Amino acid sequence: MKPSTKSRAPSAGNDIEARGLVKRYGDVVALDGLDLSVPQGTILGLLGPNGAGKTTAVSILTTLLVPDSGTARVAGSDVIGSPGEVRKSIGLSGQNAAVDEHLTGFENLDMIGRLYHLGKKRSVARARELLERFDLADAADRPAKTYSGGMRRRLDLAGALVAEAPVLFLDEPTTGLDPRSRIELWTVIRDLVERGRTLLLTTQYMEEADQLADDIVVIDHGREIAHGTADDLKRMVGGERIEVSLESDASMEDAQRVLARFSMDGVYVEDRTVTAPISGGTQTLTEALRSLDSEGVNLRDAGLRRPTLDDVFLSLTGHVAEYENEDTTNVGQSKIMEEVH
Amino acid sequence: MERISYAFADGAAIAKRNVIKIKRVPEILFSVLITPLVFVLLFAYVFGSSIDIPGGSYREFLIGGTFALTLTFGAVFTGAGLAEDMQKGIIDRFRSLPMSQSAVVFGRTASDVIYNVLSLIIMAGAGLIVGWRIHNGIGNALLGFALLLLFAYAISWVMAYVGLLVPSPEVVNNASFMVIFPMTFIANTFVPAENLPGPLRVFAEWNPVSAVTQAARELFGNIPPGTPEPTVWPLQNGVLYTLIWVVIIIAIFAPLAVRRYKKARAKS
Repeated sequence: MKPSTKSRAPSAGNDIEARGLVKRYGDVVALDGLDLSVPQGTILGLLGPNGAGKTTAVSILTTLLVPDSGTARVAGSDVIGSPGEVRKSIGLSGQNAAVDEHLTGFENLDMIGRLYHLGKKRSVARARELLERFDLADAADRPAKTYSGGMRRRLDLAGALVAEAPVLFLDEPTTGLDPRSRIELWTVIRDLVERGRTLLLTTQYMEEADQLADDIVVIDHGREIAHGTADDLKRMVGGERIEVSLESDASMEDAQRVLARFSMDGVYVEDRTVTAPISGGTQTLTEALRSLDSEGVNLRDAGLRRPTLDDVFLSLTGHVAEYENEDTTNVGQSKIMEEVH
Repeated sequence: MERISYAFADGAAIAKRNVIKIKRVPEILFSVLITPLVFVLLFAYVFGSSIDIPGGSYREFLIGGTFALTLTFGAVFTGAGLAEDMQKGIIDRFRSLPMSQSAVVFGRTASDVIYNVLSLIIMAGAGLIVGWRIHNGIGNALLGFALLLLFAYAISWVMAYVGLLVPSPEVVNNASFMVIFPMTFIANTFVPAENLPGPLRVFAEWNPVSAVTQAARELFGNIPPGTPEPTVWPLQNGVLYTLIWVVIIIAIFAPLAVRRYKKARAKS
């Protein structure tokens, strides 16, 4: 079931438009008929685990790779027929782009500016401006080798912005970053779209797509498995739940009995955690907690749990999205899981 | 017209980046400066002391061979550099830019000439210290250096292609040593080609490394008097034979390398 009712017809307002992209590497199908549409001035989140085909899709759209079949237009030009034109309108950053670690931050950006043919004066000015904006001015004249992971990513992202290209591709821009750097980078990315850029962002992080993307395409094994806004996708896995963890097994039955009164559909028990789907949000939660208290149930933890994109992903693919560190905001779930396939 | 001027500007931007790297990465500079020095001293003292050539200096004879060998090995830098850029995703970024499609390989081969010039200067200096002399005039000697550099430039196009073909710099190193060792040793670099047995002799006589070595020796005036004239055409016409190879190698490998670059991607 696809949650989206959006029209996917090609339109003139789409800066990125891909139809039926297929790419095989020997027996491995990296992309299996992927369609994408990104209207001007919006962010599309391309969400999927490692090996889902995200980077292959970005490589095709940025002219690095020719698909086995399918068509794609970026900023109005055909990526296969006129890659040179496409390159004038795009900026690429992330997993598959890189900074030269032996050059300083300034030299990296200046070189990119020259290669976009901005001319010496504009290139230098632009490099300085971006270093300032990305909080790298102090490190501008140090080799990028000395930068922290977050600084490198910012420099890499700045590289994609040198030419003020209207269409940006950010391939897993925050993978491997600590939570603080990630949130910093999100601020920068939001700012870009406010300036009217069109952006395709790939990520393995549900939260990132939730935070940034106007529209999300979930892919697995090179194919779209869901498409819609974050809310659309969350709606797919149902509503909110109360989740309580108990101090001891002794009051297990009491807790279940109390929560059953508030539940719309029974209670679920796992270890010492009781979950019940509810409606009414925090008000219901407050009432439920009051009842539990009056029944003398001792709680270790309690909360209102809304479905996250992790839940969406799990229900769509049967496996949890991959995480490299635990910095999700929801309780209990989303532990590190090995990639299953 | 615009395309050509962009190609030059882009190539220059890439070359500038590679030159900055020479300054920033001491390991490379060390290797560029020390390896040739070690080669000259090693060959001059180990081989040069034990073998006598009647009427001439074996040490002087060795220098031309050492130059040719070191510069041929130096071409591996070109391949390793491109393979490293590819591995790190830098080529991906370049390929997403509206820059000239040939600039990265042209810029790389051009900037690597600097390595070769540096190593020639070091080797010539070291050579002078161990007793090597120019006997044929400074003009001819400069022609000899130019021919060596040109030959090295051509070989670096071969390595550029190899570098873009393989997944990592280590593979370039291993693969090229398998080719470059025989190329530089089954030659007249250390012993006259005529002294080699059967098939090795034929290989050595037609080996372009032998031709460039022979040409350099002649231009430096390092052929001991009384040495028998070479009997095969390539060694009789060292300069011409070298130039023919240079043209053929570049004509084949420059388009191959550029075409390969257009498809190059980081293996992730």
